Amino acid sequence: MLGEGIIKGMVETARNFLGSYVREDRLTTVQYPEEREPQIENARQFPFLVYDGEDWETGLRCVACQICEKECPPQCIYIVKSKDKKPDYKGQMQFYPAIFDIDLSVCMSCQICVEVCPFEAIKMDTDYEWSTPDRFAALLVHKDQLARPNAYYQQLHPTDAAASDAVLAQERARAQAKARAAAELKTKAAAPPPTS
Amino acid sequence: MSGVDQLFVQLKHWALARCAGILPEAWQPLVSLLLSIIPLLVIFPTLFAAMVWMERKGLGRIQNRYGPNRVGPFGLLQPAADGIKALIKEDIVPRAADRVVHWLAPVLLVTTAFTVYAVLPFGRNMVVVDLEAGLLFFFAVGTVAELVVFMAGWSSRNKYALLGAMRAVAQMISYEIPLVLSTVTVVMIAGTLSLPQIVLAQSPASGWWPAWFVFTPWGAAGFVLFLIAANAEANRSPFDLPEGESEIIAGYFIEYSGFKFALFFLGEYLSLFAVSALGVTLFLGGWHAPYVVGEWVPSWVWFFLKLLAVLALFIWTRGTLPRLRQDQLMNFAWKFMIPMTLINVVIAALWHWIGSGPVRWLVCSALVIGAYSLLGRGLMRAGRWMPRTYRFAE
Repeated sequence: MLGEGIIKGMVETARNFLGSYVREDRLTTVQYPEEREPQIENARQFPFLVYDGEDWETGLRCVACQICEKECPPQCIYIVKSKDKKPDYKGQMQFYPAIFDIDLSVCMSCQICVEVCPFEAIKMDTDYEWSTPDRFAALLVHKDQLARPNAYYQQLHPTDAAASDAVLAQERARAQAKARAAAELKTKAAAPPPTS
Repeated sequence: MSGVDQLFVQLKHWALARCAGILPEAWQPLVSLLLSIIPLLVIFPTLFAAMVWMERKGLGRIQNRYGPNRVGPFGLLQPAADGIKALIKEDIVPRAADRVVHWLAPVLLVTTAFTVYAVLPFGRNMVVVDLEAGLLFFFAVGTVAELVVFMAGWSSRNKYALLGAMRAVAQMISYEIPLVLSTVTVVMIAGTLSLPQIVLAQSPASGWWPAWFVFTPWGAAGFVLFLIAANAEANRSPFDLPEGESEIIAGYFIEYSGFKFALFFLGEYLSLFAVSALGVTLFLGGWHAPYVVGEWVPSWVWFFLKLLAVLALFIWTRGTLPRLRQDQLMNFAWKFMIPMTLINVVIAALWHWIGSGPVRWLVCSALVIGAYSLLGRGLMRAGRWMPRTYRFAE
């Protein structure tokens, strides 16, 4: 009969209306500034630069290889390579970024910069409250704002950070083994040849 | 029964007597009219604010949301915030628009929406003018809304506005007919076009069955038909095709911004209140209580309670039903609403001629149910789904 569906729908909406006053679990709205849902571990919003040690300027892992700048789909990264070099975590002399800017208004949180970085230097942050009244200058994030300690990364994404630390430790061990072998070779060469 | 019931009437008489000493005799009718009109100009915009709040809260709850809850306690100041926002917004008029008509449309809409309140009785002795042909006046003035909608759509020089206006005019003219025909039954039974007289015809009798017209077979059918047609006249969901936010953005008022948009909003709600008040007057006994026992409650309290109940029903249907398609809308108007209202007129005539007794109840109820099920079956068959064939997609 005509109108049966309308009656059924009206009953359903009436049940919703009354039920929302009785049962709290019906209201799924999160009252944002007061309440926040905990973020999942793999959440990603905006990249940050990881540094080791206490001082961000000397400890920055980035070597200004500019791979992320080239790979970034919306081209929101801008890097200027330094003229001089500084030792990295392995003690090797490397360039460092004199300027490292990311345009927040252009970044699309795709994480490709993180995927392509060979130095575990850029990672994704979960912080999403970056709103600002300034449309231009404040949305260009500089490297001093981007730098975060490794401890921050470990706390943010524990699983990924452990894997990343393992990779770095392996690299460091390999570099040390290589250095040791080279040193041995040098001492061997320096030693007088055995007499027969 | 007097006292609180006649409070406002006596207040007006008192104020008029005060003025009589100061002002010349010739001004007396003018002052009297002003004293009747000003409360309406205060009460109904206030009701508009309350209605917007209720609607947003109600729709929210229907969809398991909170609704507005940020501005003031329970979001009660939300309408004020909306009003301030509308006031301080830039008023943009398209360069190609017809500026005069573009400006005139919202003003005319609000003016006509207020004009129809002149004939509505809000309580015992509470009517601005008791016109002999009050109902006719109501519909005659109410029809200006169609003109206004087309003025707005045409003057904006925007394809969406024009499409929305054309849809609106097609819809409003189609539903004007069942709206008027459903009220004809009441005129036939009450024998008058004057709205206060129609209310008096529904005075509570001594019996156990209320004398409201909605408690008769033709009245019940007429009331439902009236509500559907009124819903379509007010361009509210499920008949909100002229606005159609998701397809033609906002329809005929797409080019309106700032306070003109707010005026459209106000005008639309004022016409909704007016047509709901008319429904209350015609079918729900106006300001009468259902029984003599209930008459101790002031008449205007009864009226506004009923008005709020009808408005709640409108919010409820808006929260429930999805928007119709244009062909479904027209099918429903011409294949169901108009035949049903015409049959209802015949049923009302039979009700009058058979005379009191159980026979007329039996005959009229059977006729209403029979006509409804037959017409409904025809409409359902017309809307049956066919296997769809794709010419290019396969």
